[in-house]
Amino acid sequence: MQIGLYFLLLKKVFSKPEKPSIYYRQTIKEFVYLGLNSIGILSIISFFMGAVITLQTAYNMENPIYPTYLIGLGCRDSIILEFSSTVAALILAGKVGSNIASEIGTMRVTEQIDALEIMGVNSASYLILPKIIATLIFNPILTLICIIVGIFGGWIAGTLSGVITSENFIYGIQYAFIPYYITYSLIKTVFFAFIITSVSAFQGYYVDGGSLEVGQASTKAVVYSSVVILLFNVILTQLLLS
Amino acid sequence: MISVKNLNKSFNGKSVLNDISVTFETGKTNLIIGRSGSGKTVLLKSIVGLHEVDSGEIWFEDTLFNKLDFKDRKDIRSEMGMLFQGSALFDSLTAEQNVRFPLDMFTDKSPEEKNERVNFCLNRVNIINANKLFPAELSGGMKKRVAIARAISLNPKYLFCDEPNSGLDPITAILIDELIKELTEEYSMTTIVNTHDMNSVMEIGEKIIFISDGIKCWEGNKNEILHSDCGTLNDFVFANSLAKKLRTTNK
Repeated sequence: MQIGLYFLLLKKVFSKPEKPSIYYRQTIKEFVYLGLNSIGILSIISFFMGAVITLQTAYNMENPIYPTYLIGLGCRDSIILEFSSTVAALILAGKVGSNIASEIGTMRVTEQIDALEIMGVNSASYLILPKIIATLIFNPILTLICIIVGIFGGWIAGTLSGVITSENFIYGIQYAFIPYYITYSLIKTVFFAFIITSVSAFQGYYVDGGSLEVGQASTKAVVYSSVVILLFNVILTQLLLS
Repeated sequence: MISVKNLNKSFNGKSVLNDISVTFETGKTNLIIGRSGSGKTVLLKSIVGLHEVDSGEIWFEDTLFNKLDFKDRKDIRSEMGMLFQGSALFDSLTAEQNVRFPLDMFTDKSPEEKNERVNFCLNRVNIINANKLFPAELSGGMKKRVAIARAISLNPKYLFCDEPNSGLDPITAILIDELIKELTEEYSMTTIVNTHDMNSVMEIGEKIIFISDGIKCWEGNKNEILHSDCGTLNDFVFANSLAKKLRTTNK
């Protein structure tokens, strides 16, 4: 029943906007709110994840048979294939997902959504579509930032701790590079962005009750988004890398 | 004019409105009164289409509103204004942006014309020097007045007010009541007000219906309400000790 309701909501979301210029303005706001405001936290996490991946890879490759530039390669592939898309999406499910669910949920319980409906505004489309468009466009940019900052974090940690030289690390991140990995990561990001926004908005839109229920919806948004992301991670990996 | 015929509404099998029929007249302040939980808000939300009814008819003039789909309802909804119990102002917008919202959404007026209309509406409800404040920075009475300004920004034919003076002090409550009555007469709107406040009933009740347990028990005006034979209505009207004393004195 919940899945049926979810698809009915999506149908409402993707119906023709009342006034495209207003939706455009809303989308720009959401770029800032959901996109730009996430750069800081994602950059910090990416930097340290890159650093840890480098140090752990070095720790597991103490055998002199393995060339040290493989540490750079390991850092690059881990960041591009999994961290920048999936782990970043899980972080965003926590930050952006809970934000969306609580914002829309609060609007529901304070009758702001009813006020929109009374005016003849398609509330689902007005509130959710700009968020979906903003995240679909901006999350791939966040992914690219994650990749750059993550690898940079790996380089800093590797060279400062002395486990790898700067030349070897840079050689490693260039070695056997497959550009398709970036495409793969960006495709996953687009799917995950849609999942985070639509699942969280669904949880908020159908809140019934008061502040307690808004809190519960916010938690559900994070949990359900995360589970669906992990499920789609497996499906997309099988489809895109097999 | 809004007519409701044989309206029934239930939630999870529990009947909330039972065979309600009533006509709300144009240019008058129509009141729906009753105890908390009697079905007033459900009736109001059913009339405006926020709740789908189980059976019955809701007519706006000659249009059967509840049989229209979302798109067709838009025409009538563009003629509606609603004041919600909690004001329902958009938190992320200032007072003037709230009032401007329907104008942005549904008119092609120039920015200057919109500003003029916004200022007119805010002045009309006596909101002065608060245009740039966010709802969180407004008092309860100011929120209600901004919500009224938003409701009238498109010159509606129908105004719906759900408990307009709940949570307000008696003086502010009277001001809000008077404002609703003035606007109703000024724009010749069909106004429906949900309330359980007897002060409002005696101030603005030109047509009153009393609902108890989802059933319409009584219909009349503010002059007739004190002389009704309806027991549940009398229990409601003379609930407080002052009213009881007055009744005893009159007898």
